Amino acid sequence: MLSDILQYDFLRNTFLTGLLIGIIAPLLGTFIVVRRLSLIADALSHVTLAGIAFGLLLEKKLATTIITPLYGGMAFSVLGSIFIEKLRGVYKAYQEIAIPIILSGGVGLSVIFISLANGFNTELFNYLFGSVSAVSQKDLFTILGISIFVVLIIFLFYKELFALSFDEEHASVAGIHAKRIHLLFIVLTALVIAASIRIVGVLLVSALMTLPVAASMRLARGFKQTMILSIVFGELAVILGLISGYYFSIPPGGTIVLISIIILLASIGMKRFNFTFKGRGISNETSRSDSEFKRKRL
Amino acid sequence: MNESVITMKNIHYRYDKKEVLDHINFTLLPGAFMGLVGPNGGGKTTFIKLILGILKPDSGTIELFDQPTEKFHDWERIGFVSQKANAFNKGFPATVYEVVSMGLTAKIGYLKFFKKHHKEKILQAIDQVGMTDYTHQNVGNLSGGQQQRVFIARALVNEPELLILDEPTVGVDAENVKRFYEILYQLNRDKGITLLLVTHDTGIMTEYATDIVCLNKTMHFHGSPAKYASLTEQDFSQFYGHPVNIVTHNHI
Repeated sequence: MLSDILQYDFLRNTFLTGLLIGIIAPLLGTFIVVRRLSLIADALSHVTLAGIAFGLLLEKKLATTIITPLYGGMAFSVLGSIFIEKLRGVYKAYQEIAIPIILSGGVGLSVIFISLANGFNTELFNYLFGSVSAVSQKDLFTILGISIFVVLIIFLFYKELFALSFDEEHASVAGIHAKRIHLLFIVLTALVIAASIRIVGVLLVSALMTLPVAASMRLARGFKQTMILSIVFGELAVILGLISGYYFSIPPGGTIVLISIIILLASIGMKRFNFTFKGRGISNETSRSDSEFKRKRL
Repeated sequence: MNESVITMKNIHYRYDKKEVLDHINFTLLPGAFMGLVGPNGGGKTTFIKLILGILKPDSGTIELFDQPTEKFHDWERIGFVSQKANAFNKGFPATVYEVVSMGLTAKIGYLKFFKKHHKEKILQAIDQVGMTDYTHQNVGNLSGGQQQRVFIARALVNEPELLILDEPTVGVDAENVKRFYEILYQLNRDKGITLLLVTHDTGIMTEYATDIVCLNKTMHFHGSPAKYASLTEQDFSQFYGHPVNIVTHNHI
C-alpha cells in the first residue's frame, strides 16, 4: 500500500486524514466515555448524516459546491450538539431522552433529503460505512484545521474539562463555568464527528471514539495515560483498518471497528494476566504493594 | 489571631414554614477541632450550607474571619469536603495525584497551567493525608477511607485555614476511622488548621476533638469532650427529643 499511497493522491489524502482522526476521535472520546456520554456521539453522527445529505442534495440540484457535504455535516452536527444541550436542560431528570430525539430527528431529515434527491447510492454508502477513496484535498485541509483547533482547545482547557468530568458539582462550586465549558466540549465533539465520517462512516464513528478508550481504561493508570494510550490504539486501528480495507476492498469503517474490537479483547485478556502500565515515578516496592493491594481487593 | 473563624448570631432558618434552625448562636475559634453532632434532620447540613454561603439565613448574621458572609470573598481560606465527595464514578480513570490537582484548577485560572510549585503543593497535600504510596494509583481502586483522605488532600492543596467535613467517615470501616481521625488531629495540631467536623462517630470523636456541639434545631450543648462525656441519658433524651440509650465505644 505504501507505494500506492505515494502514487495516488486520493490514497494519500485518506491516509493523512485517517492519522488525524486517529488522534482527535479517541482524544475527545476519553472525555465522552468517562462522562458516560457515549451515546451522544451516536446521536450526533446521525444528525451529521442529515447535514451530509443536505450538502449532497444541494450539490445535485443546484450544482453548487459552496456547501460541500463535509460543511453541511459540520453545520448540522454543531447545531445538533447545541440542541442536545438545550434538551438536557429542559429534561433535567431524563437527560438521556435528548439522545433518541436527536438521533431519530437526524435519521428522519436524512431520509427526506435523500429521497428529495432521488437517492444517491454509492456516495451515500461511502458516508455510511466510510471509504478509502472519498477524501478530497479540500476535505483534508478542512479536517486538518478542525484537528488543530480541537487539540489546541483541549490543551488550553484540559484542567477545567478534567475537573468537570470528574465532579461537576465540586468544579462549579469552586468557580469553574460548567455550562460554558460543557458547551465548548460538545461543539468540539460535533466537529470531530463530522471530520471522522469520511473515513469511518456515520454508523461507526462513535466506535472510533469509544472503543480505543474502553481498551485503554483496562490498562492505563490515571486520566492522562488513558488518553495517550487510547490515541495509540486509535491510530493502530485506523492504520491497520485502512490498509486491510484497501486490500480487501472493504469499507474501512468495518475494518477499523473490527480491529478496535480485537484490541479491546486483547486488553481485557492482558488485564486478566495482571498487566498494567507502570505510572511515572513509582518504585518497584510501591508497585508490588499495589498488586498485593489489588489482589486483596479482588 | 484574635479574630474568630466563624461567628453566628441569632440565626433562624425556615424551610417550607418549618423552623430548621432556631436561634443559633455559635463561635468557632482558631485552632479548634470541633465536632458537630445531632440527629438526622437536626439541621447539620443546613448549618454547614449557611456557613458556606450556599443558603441565606432568614434572620441573624454570620461572619467568617470577622467579615459578614455577603462581603466575604476569601473562599480559599475555607476547605470543604462534602458528604457526596465519595459518590464519584468509581470507574473513572484518575490517579490520586490527578484528583488532588483538581483542588487547584479554579485557583490557577483559565488558560494557565500547572507549574512546578503547584506540583510540590499537590505532593505535599497527598503526604499530609498519608497517601504518598498511592500517588499514582487510580482513586477508584482505593478503599472508602483512603478515598476520603484523597478528597481531604484535594481541599488541603489550597492551604485552607478552616476545613469543614460533612460526615466524612460514612462507609469507612472502624479501623480506618481511627486512622482518619489521627490524620485530622495532626492537621489540627501541627498545621494549626481549624476543623469543623459533622459526624455520627460520637465515641471516637471525644478522644480527638477540642469542642463538641450538639445541634437539633437549636444548639443543645457546647463544651469540652470531657463535659460531653459526663452527660447523662436524660440530657441526651432532651436533645434528641426521645429516649436514648448511650452505648459507650471503649473498643478503640
